[in-house]
Amino acid sequence: MIEISPMIEIDGVQKWFGARQVLHDCSTVVAAGEVVVVCGPSGSGKSTLVKCVNGLEPFQGGHIRVDGISVGARGTDLPRLRTRVGMVFQSFDLYPHMSVLDNVSLAQIHVLKRGRAEARSRSEALLARVGLADKISARPAQLSGGQQQRVCIARALAMDPAAMLFDEPTSALDPEMVQEVLEVMQALAAGGMTMMVVTHEMGFARRVADRAVFMDHGRILEDTPIGEFFAGARTERARQFLAKVLTH
Amino acid sequence: MDDFDWAVILRSAGFLGHGLALSALLVAVASLGGLGLGTGLALVRLVAPRGVGAIVAGYVAVLRSVPLILVLFWFYFLLPIATGRPVSALGSALTAFVLFEAAFYCEIVRAGIAGVPQGQRLAAMATGLRGWQALRLVILPQAARAMVPVLLNQVILVFQDTSLVYVVSLRDFLTTANIVATRDGRPLEMYGTVAVTYLVLCLGGTLLIRLRSA
Amino acid sequence: MNYRWDWSVLWREPYGGWLLSGLGWTLAVTLGSFVVALAVGLPMGIAGRLPSRATRAVASVYVGLFRSVPPLVQLFLWYFVIPDLLPDAAGMWVKRDMPYPELTTASVAIGLFAAARVAEQVRAGLLAVEQRLLPVALASGLRPLQAFRLILLPLGLRRVIGPLTGEALVTMKLSSLSLAIGVLELTAQSRHIENETFQGFEAFTAATILYLVIGLGLTAVMGVIARRAR
Repeated sequence: MIEISPMIEIDGVQKWFGARQVLHDCSTVVAAGEVVVVCGPSGSGKSTLVKCVNGLEPFQGGHIRVDGISVGARGTDLPRLRTRVGMVFQSFDLYPHMSVLDNVSLAQIHVLKRGRAEARSRSEALLARVGLADKISARPAQLSGGQQQRVCIARALAMDPAAMLFDEPTSALDPEMVQEVLEVMQALAAGGMTMMVVTHEMGFARRVADRAVFMDHGRILEDTPIGEFFAGARTERARQFLAKVLTH
Repeated sequence: MDDFDWAVILRSAGFLGHGLALSALLVAVASLGGLGLGTGLALVRLVAPRGVGAIVAGYVAVLRSVPLILVLFWFYFLLPIATGRPVSALGSALTAFVLFEAAFYCEIVRAGIAGVPQGQRLAAMATGLRGWQALRLVILPQAARAMVPVLLNQVILVFQDTSLVYVVSLRDFLTTANIVATRDGRPLEMYGTVAVTYLVLCLGGTLLIRLRSA
Repeated sequence: MNYRWDWSVLWREPYGGWLLSGLGWTLAVTLGSFVVALAVGLPMGIAGRLPSRATRAVASVYVGLFRSVPPLVQLFLWYFVIPDLLPDAAGMWVKRDMPYPELTTASVAIGLFAAARVAEQVRAGLLAVEQRLLPVALASGLRPLQAFRLILLPLGLRRVIGPLTGEALVTMKLSSLSLAIGVLELTAQSRHIENETFQGFEAFTAATILYLVIGLGLTAVMGVIARRAR
């Protein structure tokens, strides 16, 4: 029996927005080096769950541990924790008043306390890795959506995280730019990064993911290895979803 | 209209010039002081606990709901008593203006900060930046850029507000014109000069701001 | 702090009477000015968005002019200068026979300044509706003037009632300017009481509270009008 070290442990998580319960008893584990895809209809709570993992959303019940650190515990220093797990958002949100280089270097300098020169050289290396070495002095407004999102990935990687969270990273992109971002994510996965990806890109899921988690109405209905998920999901709801998503 | 007396304008140009200089001083202090205090109040409302924030909100609400003339009278009367020493009309007027305009600048700054997209804050925090770091490095720079036209416009409004020091007999531009108009019996020439000067400065300023933001 | 408190000064005669009289004059000037502001500002604002370059120019000039000169300066112009510039008969009437001369002059002067502000609010409201609905209206075959009359105007005016509440409050604050031409409104009376009794704290607090009350009252009244208009 191989010892799997869990990187992200989600255990019985409950969350309410006011009187409305949006997460019901959600439990799953992402092992180190695993790529887990979270899918489901809109409103199913997938984004909310992922935002609970790095404490951007509070939750009222259950536990979440990232790299051994409890996310919900009182004494946890959330900003410190967020240097262990990076996040890429649907709306990119690069800082418009800074160059691409400064975007990637900002948190390195102010959170990790790296020197300017060191931060710069690491940023340049990361930007080269995502294929944007020639854009370091550009402003976000001068880049396409796909380019901006790749900078966001570099910005998250700059913190040397142990895991990466993706919240529908390609949903706001023009179709022809989705591929360039998925390729970067695929390379990241191949390099052994632990990833939790909320996405509708089923092709990407089939090629890259190890497991699929299917959510509906705030509950995890399926949590299966990727091959099994596509071959024949166990629940009716998941099968319906897959049928609709895969036909176009 | 035939006996429009240009001479009186020329004669009193120096006197009016002194008045305009005082108006300029009032605008400068009121705008800078108001912006500084107003920004401070806005930040307090952003980060302070409920009670303190409510007090600031109350202060801003009251000052925005009463006439400036009343505020001028308030401080003219209150400062000597509060400090136990005589306070000049200029001193009380400057204090009144700074505290009054701060309420308006506070609201402008709050709106500017709220206007920065929510995603910016989340993105900053996701990389481990703390609240105040995100504010200083990501939110405020963007808010400041967006606010510049509104802030400049407020300066023009402050400039117009300074004409009210007439009621405490401070010799600003309008009051000096009023003195000459009454003394020499030339209201048309004097108030006309004042009106045209304000028109050129304020309208010109407004157009410049619009050009800059275009 | 060296101060002798005496709140009874507020209801002792004649001071209590002065406050109430001041309150009355403040309300009178506010109402008079707001009526002028709406009567001139609404048409001016509409003119600012009519599909006609000429009317838009007129509106722009009006707003630019009346917003760039401080209201106190405008008040002095109306009170000290304009009566002498009017043709003889009119000038004589204004100076001798016009009823409530200070109130009327203040209402006209403050009202025309406030009208420029109202015009801007109306224009902004119309512009917002226009950006949303004009393409749709024109695409359905309506001509610009028809689109303006049937769709933009009704919707634009409805969304302007909220901002107009703000303008009513601004007009209330501007009413204090009338003290410069001798109207014994609320601020003037509170100063008068302070001069006579040295009880400035009490007098100015009373004025402050009364202004807050008037403001709340105005907001409530405008709220009722807004609901009726829906």
